[in-house]
Amino acid sequence: MAKFLSIRDAVADNLKHGDSVAFEGFTHLIPHAAAHEVIRQGFKDLTVMRMTPDIIYDQLIGMGMVKKMIFSFAGNPGVGLLRRVRDAVENQWPHALEVEEHSHAAMANAYEAGAAGLPCAVFRGYLGAELAKVNANIKSIIGPFTGEQLAAVPALRPDVTFIHAQKADRKGNVLIEGILGVQKEAVLAAKRAVITVEEVVDDLDTHTNACILPHWTIAAICVVPGGAHPSYASGYYDRDNVNYIEWDAIAADREKFLAWMDEHVLKATPEIFAERVRHLRASA
Amino acid sequence: MSNDFTPDEMMTIAASRALKNDDVCFVGIGAPSAACNVARLTHAPEITLIYESGTIGTAPSVLPLSIGDGELCETAVSTVAVPEMFRYWLQGGRVTIGFLGAAQLDRFGNINTTVIGDYDRPKIRLPGGGGAPEIASSSGEIYITMKQTLRGMVEKIDFVTSFGHGTGGDDRQKLGMTTLGPTLLITDLAVWRPDPVTKEFTVVSMHPGVTKENVQATCGWTVKFADDVEVTPAPSVLELKTLRDLKARTKAAHAAPSTSGANA
Repeated sequence: MAKFLSIRDAVADNLKHGDSVAFEGFTHLIPHAAAHEVIRQGFKDLTVMRMTPDIIYDQLIGMGMVKKMIFSFAGNPGVGLLRRVRDAVENQWPHALEVEEHSHAAMANAYEAGAAGLPCAVFRGYLGAELAKVNANIKSIIGPFTGEQLAAVPALRPDVTFIHAQKADRKGNVLIEGILGVQKEAVLAAKRAVITVEEVVDDLDTHTNACILPHWTIAAICVVPGGAHPSYASGYYDRDNVNYIEWDAIAADREKFLAWMDEHVLKATPEIFAERVRHLRASA
Repeated sequence: MSNDFTPDEMMTIAASRALKNDDVCFVGIGAPSAACNVARLTHAPEITLIYESGTIGTAPSVLPLSIGDGELCETAVSTVAVPEMFRYWLQGGRVTIGFLGAAQLDRFGNINTTVIGDYDRPKIRLPGGGGAPEIASSSGEIYITMKQTLRGMVEKIDFVTSFGHGTGGDDRQKLGMTTLGPTLLITDLAVWRPDPVTKEFTVVSMHPGVTKENVQATCGWTVKFADDVEVTPAPSVLELKTLRDLKARTKAAHAAPSTSGANA
């Protein structure tokens, strides 16, 4: 049953040191506020996973909270590379980062397998691709009916999945709209799901086939208006693109990065997100 | 015809011409995105453009900042979840053209977007493959577009992120692939097609004013030229206007300044 909690309590109640955790979002509805709360609470030795790790993964990794990252495309979307991820991989700063690298098809299938309660995902993939040589979790399987060689990867089953969504009703049923990414699968694959939403409404007021996560699939719901900033929340606000561009310079320098994190994350509160999107609401 | 255009514009327009009205095209972000939308806005209005965020049949008025842009979703025929995108639509064989860019490319159309240097101790950690490894194997055929540089077009790529023709010949068939793989490379200087037997990319057309020396000077392998290298037709007035209008609309749409102060 979903509990309505503050993001502080939801993170403290659901995440532990050493957990595996997904902050999903396919360049839309990125759970920035949830990730910042996780950073403030100072977790260690996390295994983080995401198809498209972006700024929040740069932040988690740069703050030394991550032991391992499972991913398929690590970039600052529309801008370039992730400087903190690069520093960890190339120079082991602030410490070494273990990476398990996949393709999008593999990660999407692996979350779906997790949601479906299967031990692994089977798909046609990685043909001729060298990732299969550097990732021991990419294996192959012979299809029993046609003899075709198919790729197999283990199901993804995070201890905790964090996502951001548009709205919940008062029972805690959550509606996701627009670019859906792999959030439904990541929630259903997880042991516990924490969802930040823009608002709580009496009636989700949608159609019968909408993407809704029933309240009993969710551990905690937190109302954090603006919680996806600087990413988009379809119907609420557009992407605050200048933040993505500026991140490149902030993350390029270790001292600048730490100073930024101190001011804008460690000394900040979740309430700040509402202010950050105020100017974006009119245009969305 | 127009004589006043940049090599970049010529590249995008030459790439757009390769797309047909009945194509179903999986669009890579960056240069492919511009080419695909110029095609849609000129000779291929019915083309189905698919971005890997799940937007099928999208028709954005400006180029997206990222594949998460709301406009891709709002103008699409349908937006599906990412697992469905890769399982039913790509793996299911619905995509006729996969349009990719590359950080490093070799003469057989193998693409590296993973690392420069050794995988475990990379000189530069690039973003990675994303959707490309399976786009490269499951799309009916692959078009590649990139600017020519000695760093980008190399004798041997550091990592095979996405398989093209391997070491040439029938390498794809040996791996069980039934799709055609790279059939077209469009650079800022030339149009290339694979040799029917060896599969090595061969220059079939050079853009107006480009010489064989220009092409070789910015390519890390010894370039093969077709017996009769044609001259790529210069952009038409309509093509150029369409591309420039698209870029101008994109710039205006994305120029809105932030006042959030989050990064101040």
